[in-house]
Amino acid sequence: MNKIPNRQIICDTLVEFGKDDQDIMVLTSDSRGSASMGNFAKELPEQLIEVGIAEQNLVGIAAGLAASGKKTFVASPACFLSMRSIEQIKVDVAYSKTNVKLIGISGGLSYGALGMSHHSLQDIAVMRAIPGIDIILPADRFETKLVIKALLTNKGAAYVRIGRNAVADIYESDSYDFQIGKAITLSEGNDLTIIAAGEMVKVAVDTAAELKTIGIACRVLNMHTIKPLDEGAIIKAAKETGKIITIEEHSIFGGLGSAVAEVVVQNHPVPVRILGIPDEPAIPGKSQEVLAYYGLCTDNVKKIALQLVK
Amino acid sequence: MVTIEDLKAKATQIRKDVIEMVYRAKTGHTGSSLSNTDILTTLYYSILNVDPENPDLENRDRFILSKGHAVESYYAILGDKGFFPKEELKTFSEFGSRLIGHPNNKVPGVEMNTGALGHGLSISVGMALAAKKDQGSYRVFTLMGDGEQAEGSIWEAAMSAAHYKLDNLVAIIDRNKLQISGTTDFVMELEPLEDKWKAFGWEVIAVDGHDIEKMQQIFAAAPIKKGKPTLVMAYTTKGKGVCYMENVPHWHHGVPTVEEYEQALEELCDKGGGQP
Repeated sequence: MNKIPNRQIICDTLVEFGKDDQDIMVLTSDSRGSASMGNFAKELPEQLIEVGIAEQNLVGIAAGLAASGKKTFVASPACFLSMRSIEQIKVDVAYSKTNVKLIGISGGLSYGALGMSHHSLQDIAVMRAIPGIDIILPADRFETKLVIKALLTNKGAAYVRIGRNAVADIYESDSYDFQIGKAITLSEGNDLTIIAAGEMVKVAVDTAAELKTIGIACRVLNMHTIKPLDEGAIIKAAKETGKIITIEEHSIFGGLGSAVAEVVVQNHPVPVRILGIPDEPAIPGKSQEVLAYYGLCTDNVKKIALQLVK
Repeated sequence: MVTIEDLKAKATQIRKDVIEMVYRAKTGHTGSSLSNTDILTTLYYSILNVDPENPDLENRDRFILSKGHAVESYYAILGDKGFFPKEELKTFSEFGSRLIGHPNNKVPGVEMNTGALGHGLSISVGMALAAKKDQGSYRVFTLMGDGEQAEGSIWEAAMSAAHYKLDNLVAIIDRNKLQISGTTDFVMELEPLEDKWKAFGWEVIAVDGHDIEKMQQIFAAAPIKKGKPTLVMAYTTKGKGVCYMENVPHWHHGVPTVEEYEQALEELCDKGGGQP
């Protein structure tokens, strides 16, 4: 099992490219530790701006730097970054079209035991409704590196959400075709499709593997980019497999499931099951415990898949 | 060399443009724009290193209108300086016009989209930091409102500007003591405002925000103290220049009737703003 968390990969990648490009800057809100940016701070101290626990100022400063030609990466807990600074994200980043990459660390239920204040289960919904921000949830450490490399070469705003702990590898290396906005088919099949993003991709892949042993061919789409959404891949899955399950570490409102359903109902209506966190303050606990409690685990997804295909 | 008399005449002309824009559009922040006209005129005609022909010059001075609602005088000045055809001012607030009710960077000369209060200082801190990193010689100016001082994000930004010793940053407060619901001390007590900024690590200087000569001296000399950001507390009169608008909260975004419009133009023409 991989032991390197995605946040560490982000730091390593930014250090690697930041050494040759002084315009790459990282901003933290007393979050250099939780974002694993310690090495960036050590290696490139002039390119790290500490803003303190002040998320509105964090994003505003990033926008000002970006408007002056800097490639800014803001690394702050997803729960605060996506809520406390949302107006700065809307106006200073999205509306003003500044090159700010928002890295929401410890996303979803990473801080499971810390309660709703520290859960970020509405962030995708909020970001989706703002025009001009790409939303990306990498599935593993290799994809995380490809995401950061892609973001270093584009000038738009983006929100990247990652979890706190190391996650199992989905890929064997970072040598595959990754494009922002283009879903990746991880498993072929025409009996049903599971669409997942971020760390839930692992659940989708494992479920498909189990279904395969009982003769069910399940397609798996790694929808790493929730915006812009790969509508073509969703419509194709609806037409060819006729049933869709979405899995997300997010409220059932406004996230991946909603996005997929919007495409399906308007293009090729088929049954869709949206698996996520129900409309309640999520029960506190270790993230794996909480995910299992809400059925975001292989056993439950398999059960729902069987109900759909029978 | 532009004289103080030239600047005064320019400010009066800009005030006329403001009245024309608001009267034609039947919307706008009249009192706020008249309040900041002398500050903006001083900056744009005698201080800021900006070039209408090359609005994106790397080493240009930056200006951020944090109190974005006071946009009419800002547009009037940018148009007058040639950032866009002055004729375009007639489209202010019209459907499809880029001259909308708050600054947006589709308009040449406008750096950032503002309008949500409490954002401009953070953006300016980012720009001033970039100037330091790049060893640029430019300065960053931002104009805030006094009602806006109730926004907590301003104080986050204030703290960070002092922490990073941004002496290339000049923040100005248009201290007209009025906001939409009444006086600033009725809505939310701000005083002692100068002391608050001093306590946050800024070098503070007070000025009559309609005294162009004094403001010019202060802006030209900033930073007042090396290693510290400068706060200019510009004491102003909301609605300045049109007697019936002065110090009347209604004119925060009041629109003149035809009689009021004619009276305003007449008063401004008498003050040297040219023909009605």
